[in-house]
Amino acid sequence: MATSARPVAPAASLTSAGGPTSRIQVTVNGRSVVAEVEPRTLLVHFLREVLGLTGTHIGCDTSHCGACTVHLDGKPVKSCTVLAVQVSGREVRTVEGLEVDGKLSPVQEAFVEAHGLQCGFCTPGMMMTATALLARNPNPTDAETRDAIRGNLCRCTGYVNIVKAIQLAGKKMQSASSAPGGKP
Amino acid sequence: MIPPQFEYYAPSSVDEAVALLRRFDGEAKVLAGGHSLIPLMKLRLAEPKALVDINRIPNLAYLREEDGYLRIGATTRTGDLLDSALLRKSYPILTDAAQEIADPLVRNLGTVGGNVCHGDPGNDLPACILALGAVLAVTGPTGPREIPAAEFYRDTFVTALEPTEILTEVRIPKARSHQGNAYQKIEKRVGDFAIAGAAANLVVDGAGRIETAGLALTGVGPTVVPATAAAAALVGEVLSETHLANAARLAEAATDPSGDLRGPVAYKRAMAGVLVRRALERALARAKGGS
Amino acid sequence: MSAQVPSVKGGIGQSILRKEDGRFVRGKGSYIDDFKLPGMLYLDIARSPYAHAKITAIRTDKALKVPGVLAVITGKDLEAAGLAWMPTLMSDKQMVLPTDTVMYQAQEVVGVVADSRYAAADGAAAVEVDYEPLPVVTDPFKAIAPGAPVIRTDRKEASNHIWHWETGDRAGTDRAFAAAPVSVAQDLYIPRIHVSSMETCGCIAQMDPVSGRFTIWMTTQAPHAIRTVFALVTGLPEQNIRVISPDIGGGFGGKVPVYPGYVLASVASIKTGRPVKWIEDRSENLQADSFARDYHIHAEVAAERDGTVTALRVKTLADHGYTDAAANPSKFPAGLFHIITGSYPFAQAFVEVDAAYTNKPPGGIAYRCSFRVTEAVYTIERMMDILAHRLRVDPAELRLKNFIPPEAFPYRSALGWTYDSGNYGAALAKAMEIIDYAGLRREQAEKRRKGELMGIGISSFTEIVGAGPSATFDILGIKMFDSAEVRIHPTGKVLARFGTKSQGQGHETTYAQILAEELGIPADDIRVEEGDTDTAPYGLGTYASRSTPTAGAAAAIAARKIREKGRRIAAHLLEVSPDDVEWKDFAFRVKGVPTKSKTMQEVAFAAYTNHPPGVEAGLEAVDYYDPPNMTYPFGSYICVVDIDKETGQVKVRRFVAVDDCGTIINPMIVDGQIHGGLTMGFAPALLEEIQYDENGNIHGGSFMDYLVPTAVETPNWETAKTVTPSPHHPLGAKGVGESATVGAPPAIVNAVVDALQPYGVEHIDIPIHPWKVWQILHAKGAPTP
Repeated sequence: MATSARPVAPAASLTSAGGPTSRIQVTVNGRSVVAEVEPRTLLVHFLREVLGLTGTHIGCDTSHCGACTVHLDGKPVKSCTVLAVQVSGREVRTVEGLEVDGKLSPVQEAFVEAHGLQCGFCTPGMMMTATALLARNPNPTDAETRDAIRGNLCRCTGYVNIVKAIQLAGKKMQSASSAPGGKP
Repeated sequence: MIPPQFEYYAPSSVDEAVALLRRFDGEAKVLAGGHSLIPLMKLRLAEPKALVDINRIPNLAYLREEDGYLRIGATTRTGDLLDSALLRKSYPILTDAAQEIADPLVRNLGTVGGNVCHGDPGNDLPACILALGAVLAVTGPTGPREIPAAEFYRDTFVTALEPTEILTEVRIPKARSHQGNAYQKIEKRVGDFAIAGAAANLVVDGAGRIETAGLALTGVGPTVVPATAAAAALVGEVLSETHLANAARLAEAATDPSGDLRGPVAYKRAMAGVLVRRALERALARAKGGS
Repeated sequence: MSAQVPSVKGGIGQSILRKEDGRFVRGKGSYIDDFKLPGMLYLDIARSPYAHAKITAIRTDKALKVPGVLAVITGKDLEAAGLAWMPTLMSDKQMVLPTDTVMYQAQEVVGVVADSRYAAADGAAAVEVDYEPLPVVTDPFKAIAPGAPVIRTDRKEASNHIWHWETGDRAGTDRAFAAAPVSVAQDLYIPRIHVSSMETCGCIAQMDPVSGRFTIWMTTQAPHAIRTVFALVTGLPEQNIRVISPDIGGGFGGKVPVYPGYVLASVASIKTGRPVKWIEDRSENLQADSFARDYHIHAEVAAERDGTVTALRVKTLADHGYTDAAANPSKFPAGLFHIITGSYPFAQAFVEVDAAYTNKPPGGIAYRCSFRVTEAVYTIERMMDILAHRLRVDPAELRLKNFIPPEAFPYRSALGWTYDSGNYGAALAKAMEIIDYAGLRREQAEKRRKGELMGIGISSFTEIVGAGPSATFDILGIKMFDSAEVRIHPTGKVLARFGTKSQGQGHETTYAQILAEELGIPADDIRVEEGDTDTAPYGLGTYASRSTPTAGAAAAIAARKIREKGRRIAAHLLEVSPDDVEWKDFAFRVKGVPTKSKTMQEVAFAAYTNHPPGVEAGLEAVDYYDPPNMTYPFGSYICVVDIDKETGQVKVRRFVAVDDCGTIINPMIVDGQIHGGLTMGFAPALLEEIQYDENGNIHGGSFMDYLVPTAVETPNWETAKTVTPSPHHPLGAKGVGESATVGAPPAIVNAVVDALQPYGVEHIDIPIHPWKVWQILHAKGAPTP
């Protein structure tokens, strides 16, 4: 655990620069991962470069665009502005964790059906924010939806179909949960 | 953009954190939400030797009324302010301000302590805590002390907090009946820094007369601007159009904005006046039981 | 058969879901930064803090000591290899790295190669460079004034003036102005903006030292042209160069140029014998990649007293930064700016443009528009409103009175373009009906009485896209055709490859729909590939809304070539003469006996198993489509704004866009293109701009200050269509990706200026920041509550 007040002794470095590293344990998309990382390793680089989860994108570096959005203990955060060491002992979910048992999540389905994406670069982050929104509020208004995604920039869609996709996903979730045999 | 190397510590108590800050003698930085610090490090505008991550210190994230104060722990996320029913009912100024901070993703990590301590004149919470007459509880090598919010802000990125001290709690006097407050802000685009912002806190008596008033401004000076004269002029009055106009004028006079992409000096100053008036109107309506 | 109109699954006009989305929603897209090759190195770049300075020393020893750093590259290193400079598309040259002088802030100075991304960044931070600042010129007017410091001392001409370009009849236009009873004039500045695709630029260059094979995966909208440019610049044999453009996270014109980073990564790979990755960060992208716009325009319109327009005269100064690296067809230094007569039958027009060097990064690329068409549309649509204002007539009425009438097409403009088709009045009438224009004007009159500010703005634009006919359109001599190669496999499934490159437009879907329609094969059975120069036929790429007008046409023609061959195979199968077989209702049918037929799938199988004597086996075709003319999409947009009188904030309340892009292939995708285009029209109208101070320091060089619209302020766009097919395109399609970016800004500005009419305002330069509106209101007197 990284709660020690002393830096962990240097170990095999993920980067070449040879600084001290810390051992972290993170649960990513339900799987526990242990790694040695330099303290400065950004969560987004840890996910992309170390774990090969390249669905999380980098769009701006200054926490403005949201392309790097992942869930940290269920809440959407910008992984370009989080250190990997900060998430030790915690749960991270990325876009790769949305599909379960080969079935797209309602949000993924709705983004396709409502044409909520074009170049696809902002899409993973947008869907992570949408997933978190709908978990709190499965029936968001236009204004609520737009406010929820204000930290996720999209340059292609003009947002109209993203808003529609999120609302469609909310409806799908509600009808799935009210259907016989569906989850409460 | 990659931050330079640093040592990382995640202490489990405030005392341990303070000891680390002391050990690095000003060359360590406290990592809370990280949403101001980490970008600065990625731009290599900040190159601290060490980061002291206070997020793993237990019992530093809370929000409760106790002993005459609303107490907000330093690592409380700004998003938690928005979710609080207590704040929406009794301290709506903080709900207003939280809604204005960056975006929902940033608010899931950004902390109250960070917003209060960073010293950026564009941060939203400093004006609110000034208007509310808050006190900041800090702990340093010599133990805890309290700093009134009104004495905390010295200059851009400069506060009364010593490099070896940590903010632990924001203490806001418990809401009274007939108290109302509001935060108003305009920006070029949501999530951008304020063109200007105004925080107003009023307590009225049964006759609608102002008993106490607090006013402070965002984004119109090198640091948060207390509009003390404007607030003082309201006390004892039943607010009329003349009083509002006067308060706006006095608030404008207190500003010292710099011209930039968000507008020239005259515009920002005028907006401070407009927003003071709007914040007062809403605060007054809330004090009288409206929303 | 039933009475239904025959159709093929996924054919033209159907809103089928996109084939590409499956990978994108799973996070399985393959963008450049997702690739990792064995032994791959990383390039980072040290950049100049000065806008203009002499380099007096470069020290790289500290950088080379950073663990993991393997090499540094300076301008002197490149100079030795003859690669310090490279040609631009506009017969100018630009630096890969400076040997002695930097000419803009954030210019590349030293490349650092390391075995990890983090080490490369540390290495770049450790590079030390001594500079001796030189006088900076950021204002193009000052740049071309006598006595200005000369930026490009490498040129013969001791001047910052690059070129003068003019078109039209100067004398005739002057005479028309002299005779005109009414004329209006206005200065308009369209500031520098940046496309800011969500994905920045980057590449992986790999020189195989054994085979001599050079492969570059790069964020390019035009892979084939890049291959040829690389061959010409480096001298590498073209068959040994392979350019692969993987999934692209938005292009909008910003991924057309060759940036120094690509060349540096290539040099680094040649130097190290290992693959080298270079990925820009956002600040580098905003500060150093090519910009758009930066046109200082003076426009004049002459008219009769009744508002009939007669002449247009435009003088423009273009700020190109330190080099002319615009991405225009070679014969058009100011792009297609001379579409500026717009939707109106000006009898006389004259346009002149002068270009200047300044200490800013290079460019003059598009921002989601065909070459300089946004500048043209903005100018004419603003001028029409200024004229309406001056004449005190309604801007809708003035436009309806002046439009080129539908019966006048094909219409030849005063500046020499032949518009293919149009029905401008119908589009405007439809927009006015949807938004209830008359009702809005009544509401506005009511609000004005109450002192409230509400404005209504119209833009009735005509675009020119689909470059272009080979007679006039080329890039470095390469004609601007585009291509499709269509192959039908024995089982009736199709592989089709194109010379274009989607960056989010959905080519994998729309091209499949075109082929489905033309071949009678379901779109699901058609696989579309682009972006690999080893496999795709040569094409000039995707920009300027040219994919559907050129490669889309090539798809249709290639399919028709296949049908022609298929007819002979079908005749063989049906045991009739080829002359007795026709392609009808998605099958080869015996004329007069439509039930006697063979499907394309049956014919395909026969092409490999039972082909007739005298006919080659196989079923495939290639088409290189040279368009006979440009296409001219058009539309009418109406915008309603409300203005907060105290703060100057503008809120777009409604925005109705009626577009006519000819035949629509996938309505869902077309609407998506328009939504996105409108947002990229809204952005520069109200938010985005890159400014420089007098020392050449950039303002707006990160997403902290460069304000890309969020979902909150972006209007909820309302769209509608009219359909006026292009008479010369095989499908009647015109292209749509950029119409809205081009058409939207003047609608928004016209609405704001309309709201401020009671104050006598005729123009506000974009972006319309709240403070600009406030200053006007403030100067005209305190707002009355």
